[in-house]
Amino acid sequence: MKIDSGDFLAIMGENGAGKTTLAKQLNGLLRPSLGKVTVDGDDTTKKSVAQLSRKVGIVFQNPDHLLFSETVKEEVGFALKNFGFEPGVIAKQVERTLEALDLAHYADISPFLLSGGERKRVALAAVLAWEPDYLILDEPTIGQDYQQKERLRDFILQLNSQGKAVVMVTHDVEFVAECNPKVVLMSRGRIVAQGQADEVLSDGGLIEKASLVKPQMAKLFSQLGEFGLPRDVVDVHRAKVLLEEKLLEVKVRVAQSS
Amino acid sequence: MAGTRSQTIAAEGLGFQYAGSTSKALDNINIVIGQGEFLLLTGPSGCGKTTLCRCLNGLIPNFHPGEMFGELLVDGVSVAAETTSELSRKVGYVFQNPENQLFALTVEKDVAFGPENLGLTREEIRDRVDWAMGATGTVALKDLAPYELSGGQQQRVALAGVLAMKPSVIVLDEPTSFLDPRTAEEVMGAVDNLRRENGITVIVVEHRLDLVGRYAERIVVMDHGRIVADGRVEDVLDAEFDRLSGLGIGLPKVSLLWSLLKRDGLVSERLPTHVESAVKMLSERLRN
Repeated sequence: MKIDSGDFLAIMGENGAGKTTLAKQLNGLLRPSLGKVTVDGDDTTKKSVAQLSRKVGIVFQNPDHLLFSETVKEEVGFALKNFGFEPGVIAKQVERTLEALDLAHYADISPFLLSGGERKRVALAAVLAWEPDYLILDEPTIGQDYQQKERLRDFILQLNSQGKAVVMVTHDVEFVAECNPKVVLMSRGRIVAQGQADEVLSDGGLIEKASLVKPQMAKLFSQLGEFGLPRDVVDVHRAKVLLEEKLLEVKVRVAQSS
Repeated sequence: MAGTRSQTIAAEGLGFQYAGSTSKALDNINIVIGQGEFLLLTGPSGCGKTTLCRCLNGLIPNFHPGEMFGELLVDGVSVAAETTSELSRKVGYVFQNPENQLFALTVEKDVAFGPENLGLTREEIRDRVDWAMGATGTVALKDLAPYELSGGQQQRVALAGVLAMKPSVIVLDEPTSFLDPRTAEEVMGAVDNLRRENGITVIVVEHRLDLVGRYAERIVVMDHGRIVADGRVEDVLDAEFDRLSGLGIGLPKVSLLWSLLKRDGLVSERLPTHVESAVKMLSERLRN
């Protein structure tokens, strides 16, 4: 598989499909025992994790595996310090990142006093602070309520529009359906399909193979084919537009015949 | 009384304020839950749903200090008068991340841990472990180490460990968030079977209604420590849709779609809560 700058990708598959293992190959936390992984042309076996991390930032599924500092501010500045940035630059960058993720008011608080959803945002901030070109998010929606997910989606789309490659590892089919990224579908350690989310998630055979379930809109539209509606509908917005048109047609027809 | 369900849980004027906090996490909660009910408890982060569950098994006030108000009865006995160990026999708790509650070297030992601590006979322990593993489909995993298992398997083992205590209530705190959708359905199906076959009262705390709404008969919505809606899932979804979506609750996408079409005056029926009913309702309209 290939990830280009500016890509927006979801790696999907059942528990144990190999999604996280694949993600960890991208910044050298794991190295291939067969085959090759390159980042901007460099073989990951020939670079240190520190070197690779400058380009590829991974936000882990469980924020508690990442957080350890006494304050949110220190946490977010930690990597920058390790990368050898000047204190002034670090302070500015930390402030900007906390601002962007709505965490500025927690700057001097221990990350461990925050709720699960907030800790997750601190973990994200800690990685975003050094502005990696490739951002890998492992299960970013776990433990987030619906509004937090909406905010997360906006934020991801914004980063992506700034030219960052964003890769999310997830089995949240409804979240992916609303974002419509490219999907890399995995099952038992293999990639079984690649394509746009609406194609992949509405394909019953592929979904079966990857032990996922179709998003609700795809389930709905798979049973409305007889009315001339397309099957590859996965998000509510498109579903609404298509059904509005059909229902209006019916209304007009009924009005004319009476 | 014949024909009516006996009460498992009854709260009257229940309130709780964590020590050091300036506001009540629970405020004047009144609820009666019958034996064998499947209840979905939902609300935005910080609404008090986890606090309410902690009251049920005595973690509040025995473990989390604070001030408790009103009364809470489980199986007719006031929780204030019972020890946590006594309550843990009645109310089983499956945490969000199963990794946090599995610790033994094998699955079987993990499931046996609870009953072993009840001072039961060997035969009784054996029976309970076999039953709990059978009911959760974990028999084939019995000699494996919990950390070798996938998330879905771990979640089922955690459930087996809780079942082996033969509780009359099980509380599952966001049981599916770590699971892929198919495994999540499997786990919820196993829970629903337990309820139907053994009359266990099930309380599931969830943000995602699409998954649990199918099994739950009743939904209780909380906000700011209070119950703001309580009723049959279809009724509450239909009557309170805008309010629920304003609270950040993950409503089924078919209900959301329907509410948008309804706003445009294109449909008039009640909101469907699952895909099958939406297919039926739309097909009828489109066939005209």
